Amino acid sequence: MSLTYDDVVAKYEPVLGLEVHVELNTESKMFCGCATVFGAEPNTQTCPVCLALPGALPVVNEKAIESTIKIGLALNCSIAPFSRFARKNYFYPDMPKNFQISQYDEPICVDGYIDVEIETDEGPKKFRVEVERVHMEEDTGKSLHVGGATGRIHGAEYSLLDYNRAGIPLVEIVTKIVPGTGKYAPEVAKAYVAELRDILRSLGVSDVKMEQGSLRCDANVSLRLIGAEKLGTRSETKNVNSLRSVERAVRGEMIRHAELLNAGGRVVQETRHFQEDTGLTRSGRSKEQAEDYRYFPEPDLVPVEPDAAWIETLRAGLPERPSIRRKRLQEAWAVPEKEMAAMINADVLDIVEETVLLGADPTKARSWWLGEISRIANDKDVAIADLAITPKDVAEIVALVNSGDLTDKLARQVVEGVISGEGKPSEVIAKRGIKVVNDDGALMAAIEKVCAEQAETAEKVRAGHIPAAGALIGAVMKETKGQADAARVRELLLGHLGQPTS
Amino acid sequence: MIRSTAAQMAAKLASGETTSVTLTQAHLDRINSVEDKVHAFLFVDEKGALEQAASVDAKRAKGEKLSPLAGVPLALKDVLAQKNKPTTCGSKILEGWLPPYDSTVVANLKKNDIVILGKTNMDEFAMGSSTENSAYGPTHNPWDLSRIPGGSGGGSSAALASFEAPLAIGTDTGGSIRQPAAVTGTVGVKPTYGGVSRYGLVAFSSSLDQAGPCARTVLDTALLHEAIAGYDPKDATSINAPVPQVVQAAKDGNVKGMKIGVVKELNGDGYQPGVRARFEEALELLAKAGAEIVEVSTPNFEYALAAYYLIAPSEASSNLARFDAMRYGLRVGDVDGASAEAVMNLTREVGFGKEVKRRIILGTYALSSGYYDAYYGSAQKVRTLITQDFTQAFTKADVLVSPTCPTTAFKIGEKANDPLAMYLNDIATIPVNLAGIGGMSLPAGLADEDGLPVGFQIMSPVMKDERMYSVGAALEAALLSQWGAPLLDRAPALEAGK
Ligand SMILES: [Zn+2]
Repeated sequence: MSLTYDDVVAKYEPVLGLEVHVELNTESKMFCGCATVFGAEPNTQTCPVCLALPGALPVVNEKAIESTIKIGLALNCSIAPFSRFARKNYFYPDMPKNFQISQYDEPICVDGYIDVEIETDEGPKKFRVEVERVHMEEDTGKSLHVGGATGRIHGAEYSLLDYNRAGIPLVEIVTKIVPGTGKYAPEVAKAYVAELRDILRSLGVSDVKMEQGSLRCDANVSLRLIGAEKLGTRSETKNVNSLRSVERAVRGEMIRHAELLNAGGRVVQETRHFQEDTGLTRSGRSKEQAEDYRYFPEPDLVPVEPDAAWIETLRAGLPERPSIRRKRLQEAWAVPEKEMAAMINADVLDIVEETVLLGADPTKARSWWLGEISRIANDKDVAIADLAITPKDVAEIVALVNSGDLTDKLARQVVEGVISGEGKPSEVIAKRGIKVVNDDGALMAAIEKVCAEQAETAEKVRAGHIPAAGALIGAVMKETKGQADAARVRELLLGHLGQPTS
Repeated sequence: MIRSTAAQMAAKLASGETTSVTLTQAHLDRINSVEDKVHAFLFVDEKGALEQAASVDAKRAKGEKLSPLAGVPLALKDVLAQKNKPTTCGSKILEGWLPPYDSTVVANLKKNDIVILGKTNMDEFAMGSSTENSAYGPTHNPWDLSRIPGGSGGGSSAALASFEAPLAIGTDTGGSIRQPAAVTGTVGVKPTYGGVSRYGLVAFSSSLDQAGPCARTVLDTALLHEAIAGYDPKDATSINAPVPQVVQAAKDGNVKGMKIGVVKELNGDGYQPGVRARFEEALELLAKAGAEIVEVSTPNFEYALAAYYLIAPSEASSNLARFDAMRYGLRVGDVDGASAEAVMNLTREVGFGKEVKRRIILGTYALSSGYYDAYYGSAQKVRTLITQDFTQAFTKADVLVSPTCPTTAFKIGEKANDPLAMYLNDIATIPVNLAGIGGMSLPAGLADEDGLPVGFQIMSPVMKDERMYSVGAALEAALLSQWGAPLLDRAPALEAGK
């Protein structure tokens, strides 16, 4: 009999731990000069160093150190005045040296935190997630195991190796255990990863694309009876490739652990793989016998000893914390909470802000990006950022609507034209011959006609019942086949019926 | 011509008295005539060497300004990557591998127009003191073909001693330049760690490995030192500072007022009488030349050998992990259905020799969790203590001296089955590597009991390499005037009929 989530949290307290791997977006790899472009032909971005040819030596990428220090500072960590790289020794074909250069007991950033806010039954509540360490390492290559049932190396007919990714700088961000989240553990986990992603994006240090693997999350979960001191055995779920999956993986693991414990069984300490389709995890490598990586300080590299003044320069240059920025923008734009959340979810905050900075009204800017443009992006199944429309275009269109040169309806045609590559708004307008009917004479004729046809309604308006004007405006618009500027129609109509126009 | 010094050859090239092609051909001929006895080379690059020589001659003909050693031939230890030339490290596992790139040492040699004759034999991955651990058969000592030429760089030292090359490159992790120099009556220098780039030097023990110059005279060694040394951004452990003025020091050979510290712990018991006698005489000559001889003590040296045999194998176990048959070199057992793991295992089983496996196992064990602190961790502490011993000693003396090795060259096969006895041969050279300082070995004469060369070791502080050249040159000059002719003139001729 399977448990409900409520049953689980009534009896057990979940304890979280999150490990996030972030691929830095440096132009070159961690220890050599090779390019890091995503999706290049296999093995075209390699050299003696990242192929581990005999005699080749690593040299640390200063830019990667800088990015890591920025991350540490943004996560409120202390930056170690002395840290070292170590070798993590194990054999695997996609790891050319058969050891990974990583940081072990001397990481570059330690003891930080971020606060995340989530909705609870009692309203918004803040949870502090403490960061134990932030360290640098290099990514492995990629193996493609062909043949065999599992897609894993065992049982494969042959394997293909691509070393383009080998040596790409990775930063690992490890939290301390996060107790006290209670039933909100899945939401806290998701909010933490989301907040972390936003921070990393604001720092400009990574593409943070979970679906491309530039941000990867391992979620560690254990349960203990409510009130118990001792931590339960944890499982480590890998392959969690979206924010939604983080939440689902934690929830799923909590239920799985509880079912095991309730049945008198025990949780096995192991790596588990998250299955996107079922939302369940499957067993991976057992960690009951700890693997011996034979760590020792990397003798080919010198210790990292960042200059204190440099750290302060980096600290001074940190961007505004995303959550604070969100609050600021929400107030400045007077956006309701729900709309704000919608913008964040749709990932249009930057683009809307940019549009507003170009002079557009915040509400209009938001509604274009979140409405029409999002809809087109969805239809085309591409990211908004990849559409051929810029904040400048949208600001221009909003201005044209404000000045009465475009109606909302015509503006939509212009947006569509810009997106389909017909050029800038002015070019689309010229090419498509889009023109607002703003000949007051023609409009007045239509208004007089409508007022005559609907004399009763016109009388109501004349008597001061302004809302009744809506029907008349609608009729005028219909009369002019939608080419008229509704605002201008309203103005003329109200004037015609002796009412104030603003 | 082949018996002259590199400096003399360079002078003849500069004056137009000879050409690099003639000089290179003379050495190739010498190699042809004695190689079957000596076996110093794993690969003789006749074509490449002559092409390089011709290009130097052409540059000279055009009046281009050339470096001091331009056109002089050299033998390269097979542990340094040279583009498109076989680089085996004396191991089966790299048989057939052609590096797609030049090590920085090779790039510097080429930049200086030094002609590379070929690659010299060595103990597999530089692990050994006799060159018997080469997968391609041992090298023989030109002084006595039944004896070892030292190791791991026995190919380079034997090439010098047999006049197959006037210059050679070695690498020194625990004595692999100095001990071969000592037992063959040649000169070898391990520069300060970080003084010569390790980029392209196939790593045995990264924190100890150092490439260096080998020759038959102190000045030749200095000239080569200057050609290969200097900061390299491709090696993170390379020192970003000017190269010490070694050539000037070797030319001056001035020891007046210098304090020379005799290391108490590196003499006495276990040192062959003939070795001790030549060492004492050398001290007297240096005193006569104006140096002050003092005694220094380095109490922690007794732990050096143990620390070395934990640190070096530990690093080696990790450095050699890349030889996995996946990307280059030997591949064994790649039959239908074989797993990657099986191929890796078989390749490493077949491709590595006994001593290499011994050290990989030792190092893997020393780094294992639960043993790390006791072994690798303690060894690092000893290393710090040894460095402190040197720092202390260098407050009392400008350089330190000792015999290079406890004995002269032993017989091939004599210690092959006794690794501990073999390891003891490096007792005087290892502390230098642990502390990262400079060390030189030069000939001090022949031991009375066996008539074989004895090495004199000079140690200088970090980036003060010029000091060992000052002392070396002074001692060399004093000995030469005593002997009347270079020591190597007393070595047996190798050609048939002579
Ligand atoms: Zn590379």
